[in-house]
Amino acid sequence: MAISRRHPAALLAVLVVALGTTGAAYAAVAAGTAPKVSAPSATQVTAGKQLFLEGCSSCHGLAAQGSTDAPSLIGVGAAAVDFNVATGRMPMAGPGIQAPVKKVVYTPAEIAALAAYIASLGPGPQIPTVEDVSTADADLALGGELFRTNCAQCHSFSGRGGALSEGRWAPSLMKSSAKHIYEAMLSGPQSMPVFSDNTMRPTDKRDIIRYIEELQKQEDPGGYGLGRLGTVTEGLFIWVIGLGALLGVAVWIGAKSR
Amino acid sequence: MSDTQQKASENVVVSKVGVAAGYVDDRLASANFTKRLLDKVFPDHWSFMLGEIALYSFIILLLSGTYLTLWFNPSMTEVIYNGSYLPLKGVKMSEAYSSALNISFDVRGGMLMRQIHHWAALFFVAAVTVHLLRVFFTGAFRKPRELNWLIGTGLLTLAILEGFAGYSLPDDLLSGTGLRIAQGIMQAIPVVGTYVAMFVFGGEFPGTDFIPRLYSVHILLIPGILLGLITVHLIMVFYQKHTQFAGPGRTESNVVGYRLYPVYMAKAGGFFFIVFGVTSLIAGLVTINPIWLYGPYTPSQITAGSQPDWYIGWLDGAVRLTPNIEWNILSHTISWNLLIPALIIPGIMFTLLGVYPWIEAWITGDKREHHILDRPRNAPTRTALGVMALSFYLILWIAGGNDIMATAFNLSINTVIWTLRIALFAVPPLAFVLTKRICLGLQRRDKEKLLHGYETGRVLRLPHGEFIEIHEPVSFEERAVLLSKVDVPVMEITSGEDEHGVRNPKGRKAKIQAKLSGWFYTDNVSAPSEQELAEADEHFAHQLGAHERTAIDSH
Amino acid sequence: MNEIELGSTDPVGARDGKDLVSGVPVLPLPAHTPRRADIDPVAAKRAERQVALMFASSIALLIAFTVAYIKVPNTSLVSIPVIGTVGTNHVLLGLTLGLALFLIGTGAIHWAKKLMPDVEVTQERHSLSSSAAERAEVVEIFNRGAAESGFGEHKLIRRTLLGALALLPIPLVVLLRDLGPMPNTRLRNTIWKKDVHLVTDATYQKIKASDIPIGGLINAVPENLLEIEESEGNLNQRGKASIILVRMDPAEILGQQGENWDYEGILAFSKICTHVGCPISLYQQRTHHLLCPCHQSTFDLANKGNVIFGPAARRMPQLAITVDAEGYLVARGDFKEPVGPSFWERG
Repeated sequence: MAISRRHPAALLAVLVVALGTTGAAYAAVAAGTAPKVSAPSATQVTAGKQLFLEGCSSCHGLAAQGSTDAPSLIGVGAAAVDFNVATGRMPMAGPGIQAPVKKVVYTPAEIAALAAYIASLGPGPQIPTVEDVSTADADLALGGELFRTNCAQCHSFSGRGGALSEGRWAPSLMKSSAKHIYEAMLSGPQSMPVFSDNTMRPTDKRDIIRYIEELQKQEDPGGYGLGRLGTVTEGLFIWVIGLGALLGVAVWIGAKSR
Repeated sequence: MSDTQQKASENVVVSKVGVAAGYVDDRLASANFTKRLLDKVFPDHWSFMLGEIALYSFIILLLSGTYLTLWFNPSMTEVIYNGSYLPLKGVKMSEAYSSALNISFDVRGGMLMRQIHHWAALFFVAAVTVHLLRVFFTGAFRKPRELNWLIGTGLLTLAILEGFAGYSLPDDLLSGTGLRIAQGIMQAIPVVGTYVAMFVFGGEFPGTDFIPRLYSVHILLIPGILLGLITVHLIMVFYQKHTQFAGPGRTESNVVGYRLYPVYMAKAGGFFFIVFGVTSLIAGLVTINPIWLYGPYTPSQITAGSQPDWYIGWLDGAVRLTPNIEWNILSHTISWNLLIPALIIPGIMFTLLGVYPWIEAWITGDKREHHILDRPRNAPTRTALGVMALSFYLILWIAGGNDIMATAFNLSINTVIWTLRIALFAVPPLAFVLTKRICLGLQRRDKEKLLHGYETGRVLRLPHGEFIEIHEPVSFEERAVLLSKVDVPVMEITSGEDEHGVRNPKGRKAKIQAKLSGWFYTDNVSAPSEQELAEADEHFAHQLGAHERTAIDSH
Repeated sequence: MNEIELGSTDPVGARDGKDLVSGVPVLPLPAHTPRRADIDPVAAKRAERQVALMFASSIALLIAFTVAYIKVPNTSLVSIPVIGTVGTNHVLLGLTLGLALFLIGTGAIHWAKKLMPDVEVTQERHSLSSSAAERAEVVEIFNRGAAESGFGEHKLIRRTLLGALALLPIPLVVLLRDLGPMPNTRLRNTIWKKDVHLVTDATYQKIKASDIPIGGLINAVPENLLEIEESEGNLNQRGKASIILVRMDPAEILGQQGENWDYEGILAFSKICTHVGCPISLYQQRTHHLLCPCHQSTFDLANKGNVIFGPAARRMPQLAITVDAEGYLVARGDFKEPVGPSFWERG
């Protein structure tokens, strides 16, 4: 496992870096002007490189150039790293057709360091800030329309996910955070296509996230939602529970009374 | 109340009824009919209530549907939604969809009526289906009830069509997707398809004409035909009297059960309220077709997991499994990939279903009336054929939800499709053989039980040291059922020539018929002969002590 | 229960313990076993009270239904364990109505089972066929009528009548003609033309080629779509002209439907499935596969949009694109083949 192989000094370095970035981030937010992302410090990049070599390079290559098992990470940007590592998709537990969500292996500071290192290799999408994913002013109705146009084809009308070809799948969005949804749209992880900020504006993305947050609230005005899987579960329900109940009554009616 | 008072009040009631009945009878001569009606005897069995569920669901559909028409507006005119469901506020949509949303969110109890209507529709087709299976597997379709079976097949077909029409009306993303597929299939019909699609939709898809047209079909045309056919269906059941299962006192020429008035009326009427109550409870507690989540239909949007309601699932499954065969001949296109699953397979299936009573009667040469139902095991070939057809249907049905299955069980959708394609050809024959074996096994066990009784699990040590398990004769009721098995003689194979050596033109047909008859009845376990039965009785009398004998008789 | 003497009493339709029709052994109907309520007045009284309680509860529930209808606002939500957050008004109406109906039903059946007679009655079944004499009479009446009308004799009357009746369906069918227009070339054309801008669906923004990253997907429509939808009052053009735009590394493109129909690795394909017309955009950027969620047809966009799996028989039509002077994507013309599902005249 990647964790056990890490040198104790790396941890110390990460700690220092973490304190430093937290301070810098606080300063940036306090200033109110909020640059998109504070420039990563050299120490953060170094720490990230160390973590990368220990935990990621066996598949992605020593220079993150990629291999037959894994894609190149040059130019994927910090957003891709944060999405994949902070949702536990990376590092993968073993070879497979698609990386599932798992327990997160790295600490937030370590993830920041990894992201800083990968971002230093080539320009790519940055990790969105809190304002980037704030849905306070978002347009819920337009978000729904954008969701149905761009997302529902794979993640389904309810955001429950769906099947892709050859054993791949579009995951459920029910537990995804606004930041990770934004990052996924920016970076296009695995099978998912990229929705860059120029073709799908940041406001569009916030609208979509607003709609997904609405779906995550799970309010079913009509009663239990049956997993919001559509007509298949409705059909199973009527056959097993509905007809089952009526057959029970029919047997009662037909039985001789004592 | 004293006895005399009670008598007096009863007399008043009776005389009031008498006056009313007299008034009607003076004008309609209804006494004789009413007498027969109220006295009519209906046999009681839980499986005879499946058709009732279907009938009651239909009544619920008429009632709830009438409520919905008060608020639903089947128009494709574009409006901006301004109701109380926030996630769609300000979205462009058709009036049909917007009024369906209003029923759900702004009309109090509207959501309940909508969901009662939709759940009742699922109940309706499901109940028709299980009712059909009951009638098939018990042989209730045999003479004299073939015509009613045919009407039943028509009812099933119409029920499916009616359900699909209703599913398509709200103009949400799912219903529009269903219509798109239906239109694509229409367009694939050779020669006239393009014209059919253009005329039905008033031009290209989706147009603005179709929803209003579909509305009148859904609320008037099909329900009208359904109502008419259901009435005929019931009158025929009434006129021919209901079939009954074998049992003590049951013969081919009698009906044993309860009178329509009051017992059957109370039970059947009560069951209507129960079906309505269960439907309302489900509708109140469980969401069906959350149209607000699907969003308004536009032909450029789609959702993963697009599925029809369950009764269209098998057709959709057939379309999913069919390989991509398309011919291009002389610059004309024949889309076998749609014609086979959407028109040819259902055409064959419904035709076979409708004419099955005549096929079976021809094979068996059986021209007698049947009022005592078959136990499925006693007609093994029919039962096996039924299970075979059912397994075919089920595989198509499963294929209709292949994507949901793939995600639910982490399977590759390609693997699922290939597995189902193979299963569609491999499973039905297997199901046939297996079912027939099981039926014959059960027949042997039945005979065994009649002749040697059932195993009590009690072991007896005989004086000379041998251990035997005590077998006891089956109960009186079970004995009556087991004895009812009819031995049908296999038709004799006649030669194709008459006694002068001249070829009989009908001979060939007769030969085939005789062969099929042999296939239909072969391997059937014969019913025990009278002698065997007498010996068995003798044996029991000897084996058991006198007090045990009494105990069995008084069982 | 008393002892039964087998074969002592033959039911209707049986003689000597055998069914008169099928010949199988028939056992007599056993004597009726009285229920508890038949012999014990206390049990009967209890059953009566149970039935009445069910009906009375139904009354209470129907009143509760009306109260809930008036008092509980339609918008309020309530959280119920297992079921989730649901509409209060809706669930209350469903529960009260459902239970009220259910209790009327169970009350009636309980009444029938406990208090109404449960002695099985035997009724005779009469043969369904009429007597031979009656049948002969019907045939005779029919023949007499046929003879009286002269239907067989007057050939001219018969033939002209049959002819008139045979033509009667014609007006009924002809009347349907105006249901819709003739197909003409409607299924062959879309509103794509040379130099029409590609715009994003739902937000209608022009698309700069340089803004699309590799692996990107855009659901797009022609710029003039909204105007046309407005003027024609329907969504027909959207159902044909919707496209998806994807960008891949030009080195990964194995083939296109026309030479250089892409723009620097940006490919435009119809969004309407060639199988039955579902709009597809399940684009998997790593494999360049496009999967239809309706029937799982799979297309390879890197290789001419060819079908690689599923029931679709034809490739996804590609739209040739380029950029205008400012670098925005435009079409180079309409599709070269009809989009959407097959039809007889398609060829």
